[in-house]
Amino acid sequence: MQRNRANIWGDVDWVLVILFLVLALMGWVNIYAASYNEEHSSILDFSMNYGKQLIWILAGLVIGFVIMLVDVRIYERFGYVFYGITTFLLLLVLAVGTEIKGAKSWFTIGGVMSIQPSEFAKLGTALAVSKYMSGINVKISDVRSRLTLLVLLGVPGVLITLQPDPGSTLVYLSFIFVMYREGLSGNILLLGLISAALFILTLILKQTEVGLPFTDFALNGKYGLVIALALIGFTGYSLIKRYNKKAWRALLFGTLLSIGFVLSVDYVFDNLFKDRHRNRINELLGIISDPTGTGYNQHQSKIAIGSGGFSGKGFLEGTQTKFNFVPEQSTDFIFCTVGEEWGFLGSLTVIALFVFLLVRIIFIAERQRSKFSRIYGYSVASILFFHFTINIAMTIGLAPVIGIPLPFFSYGGSSLWGFTLLLFVFIKLDSERKNVLS
Amino acid sequence: MDKYENRRFLILAIILLVGSIFLFRLFYIQVVDDTYKTSADNQALRYVTQYPARGIIYDRNHELLAFNEAAYDLMVTPRQVDRDMDTLAFCALVGVDTASFAERMQKAKRHSRYKASAFEKQIPADQWAVIAEQLYRFPGFHGEKRTLRRYPKPAAAHVLGYISEVSDRDIASDSYYQPGDYLGVSGLEKTYEGDLRGIRGMKVLMVDVHNSVKGSYRDGALDSIPVPGENLVSTLHRELQFYGERLMQGKKGSIVAIEPSTGEILAMVSAPSYDPNLLVGRARSENYTTLAKNDSLDPLFNRAINAVYRPGSIFKLVQSLIALQEGVITPNTRIPCNRSIIACHGSHTNDDLRGAIQHSCNPYYHQVYKRLIQGGRANSIFDDSPLGLTVWRDYVLSFGLGTRLETDIAGVKSGFVPDVAFYNKWYGERRWAFSTIYSNSIGEGELGVVPIQMANLACILANRGYYYTPHLVKQRGEYPKREEYQKRNYTKVDSVHFQTVLDALEAVVNEPGGTARRARIDSIVVCGKTGTVQNPDRPDHSVFMAFAPRNNPQIAIAVYVEEAGFGGTWAAPIASLMMEKYIKGSISDPAKEERILEANFINPPKEDAAQ
Repeated sequence: MQRNRANIWGDVDWVLVILFLVLALMGWVNIYAASYNEEHSSILDFSMNYGKQLIWILAGLVIGFVIMLVDVRIYERFGYVFYGITTFLLLLVLAVGTEIKGAKSWFTIGGVMSIQPSEFAKLGTALAVSKYMSGINVKISDVRSRLTLLVLLGVPGVLITLQPDPGSTLVYLSFIFVMYREGLSGNILLLGLISAALFILTLILKQTEVGLPFTDFALNGKYGLVIALALIGFTGYSLIKRYNKKAWRALLFGTLLSIGFVLSVDYVFDNLFKDRHRNRINELLGIISDPTGTGYNQHQSKIAIGSGGFSGKGFLEGTQTKFNFVPEQSTDFIFCTVGEEWGFLGSLTVIALFVFLLVRIIFIAERQRSKFSRIYGYSVASILFFHFTINIAMTIGLAPVIGIPLPFFSYGGSSLWGFTLLLFVFIKLDSERKNVLS
Repeated sequence: MDKYENRRFLILAIILLVGSIFLFRLFYIQVVDDTYKTSADNQALRYVTQYPARGIIYDRNHELLAFNEAAYDLMVTPRQVDRDMDTLAFCALVGVDTASFAERMQKAKRHSRYKASAFEKQIPADQWAVIAEQLYRFPGFHGEKRTLRRYPKPAAAHVLGYISEVSDRDIASDSYYQPGDYLGVSGLEKTYEGDLRGIRGMKVLMVDVHNSVKGSYRDGALDSIPVPGENLVSTLHRELQFYGERLMQGKKGSIVAIEPSTGEILAMVSAPSYDPNLLVGRARSENYTTLAKNDSLDPLFNRAINAVYRPGSIFKLVQSLIALQEGVITPNTRIPCNRSIIACHGSHTNDDLRGAIQHSCNPYYHQVYKRLIQGGRANSIFDDSPLGLTVWRDYVLSFGLGTRLETDIAGVKSGFVPDVAFYNKWYGERRWAFSTIYSNSIGEGELGVVPIQMANLACILANRGYYYTPHLVKQRGEYPKREEYQKRNYTKVDSVHFQTVLDALEAVVNEPGGTARRARIDSIVVCGKTGTVQNPDRPDHSVFMAFAPRNNPQIAIAVYVEEAGFGGTWAAPIASLMMEKYIKGSISDPAKEERILEANFINPPKEDAAQ
């Protein structure tokens, strides 16, 4: 492998760097608006969120710069080491972390700085997964490989759940896209989709009662769903038995699995979910409506975004933003500020930028000669996509409230640095792609 | 090179799909659906009405009749109310009981949990000071400044009228009004509502999630400043009005005094009256009920414009003038006092016109009226009488009788002067003639007049033939009085014919033996005529109509005292006291005043009952 130092900057994908800068600065402008206070209007007021975020952004640039200088080979070579470090930090935070808002997710250093290790664990996991999957002997179709991957993802997932920070745990689901790209059966994606649909249908239908004809009995709606599934299975079997003699097994298995799933949803939902999570889901599905209680955040979030209109109320003119109607507006609900002050045009711009960023990452991932780099690229895209999707869907009432930040936008040093590392490692890998023999 | 390479397209498609779903959803909630906009405004903006000060009402000398005093509405925002508040202490402070407290809180919650609504309205400033001091203990309650009508003297209640909160119907019929507004519902407050109310202002404030005010929305670009109502200068003379009300204490009846040269009403008294301060603020509805339902004397009834009486002898003046104009008599016409046709009084036998007026000779007017009604316009008396009645009625109407005087307070009655159709309906066509309707000749029969018409008649006599429609407002802000009040209304009788009548009126008051000797005022020539209106089974009503001085009259007046007997005994001295008070500013005969002040016809002492 030949290395040409002078060429480091020449092969950098500046489009990604610029997208990073634009998103971070737009985020900063909106954080400024969300926490604007006439007494503290200086952008360098470090008692305010925007003052601090400016520091995080500048530090992020330094991190990016340093990454560009460091030997690219460490990421692949020490992939498991990074994973080990970040996982150890997750373990450590459970022991010595500071509890903030009921979750032990933070290290507090000197009482000033707080660091959230789960934001860095994504990087460690992405590197480890990429390293493992790019191994010559690894085939995604092997059960052994799949189990190994499950462990790699499961360890940080479980540790984060223990904090508890279920939102950050869910992020690890996004690796399913990475695995799919590398050969995981599409049926698994389909299975996921069907499960989600059945989950939602069960929750909605169990609120209903179906009167049985000719009797006084009323049947809970979810049993109606069970009966419907059985009928679909039977009809499907009758239709295909003539052409495919073996299909009946898969069909029977699928039908029974679906019915079992439906019947267990109730139990899982009522007994394993926490009250507030149950409420958030019920609120989203319209099963309960309590805009001043459980649904407050989302209701206010929709009002803020919805009141922005086509072109927005203008910078610092958002009444919902300025007067704190939306909780967590600098962090998880930062998109409300975009929606309210910049309107549909602002929302469109942000969404377009994110979609462009994701498409660009995938495009670049595909041009890698190194399998490691490609898988890592997909990991970055998947993690960002998951954050983007869940965060924005939550603010506009398409997903339940799941507290994860909007990449580069949301206030917070840990998340900004976590995403910066994630992205710049990829930019670095890409800038060295020509030095890699495939 | 990689058999799964094409899978990137599915992943790209999913990304684009999510992006598109977001854009559709955002377009819907941001651009299409504007309920979020409304919700945002509802919770972040507070629209504070800036109530304009209602116009002040002055008397003709710019003395205050009605002004505004600061009052406060106690507002409650249910969501901010502390659940553990000391309800008992609060109730004691505000002066409500706990049941009422619960009821009001429910009402406020029904209105809105987030927005303030009135818990208690119109708390006077002195009471408010006590409440405001303690209010910090009760989060969710705050005061909103309003105004309250106040009356420096408890006078002219009927003229001024009162205001009350708008009803749903008011809001439906006039888009200006909003719940919580006040409007005039009677008297001048009602007639000049448009001038007095001013224009509401609006302040748009921004509030934060804790409902504390964060400043003016868009730097006040949407705010409007309230425009105070126009002040009214009334024609009333405050002292005279107040004096009239004092004189009428213990009596039922009315006084209307008018400046003949302008038609401006100087005093309009209806007795019994009430203190206008009663119909203001917190106690208004309770006091109103008491006045309206529990008082058999009906103090809310404005007798000056609403009570209809038969005109009695005073109507003989109108008969005289019509007869002179029609030429059926001259001032020298003498008619024997033939008491076999109609009863009379006094010792006269064959008076000329002046004597007939002075002695109020009934047979004289029986004859005069016969000449007017059956004037030979047709052969049959049944054809002649309707023709005569029509001519006569036109004259009477030109004196402002039997027609509504469009004074600037609502509800003036028009009185009644019968016409042909009336008698045709009553008796049948061609079934009546003079002999059927002769009672009209002396002001009895079917005639009906309102006290203000009687005062207006005094103006006509004072002016020798014309009147201005009586009115109560001289000036509205910068605007002069209404045009219709600046126009002379002429009677159909030429001014030359008034001479004899005025001579007689002067004699009635000033010559020995005149029926209104009690109306005399030293050094002022008063012209007047007594009336005694028959009131079946009850004492007669005492009536007097006068003006003074005879030359350049300054005041014309009509006084009605119900169930008090002969006109000269009570109504005449009251009128003279009023005229003297107005012209001279003081009373020269305290005994006369004393006698009136002590008289009581509502709960009469035994010895007076005989009168």
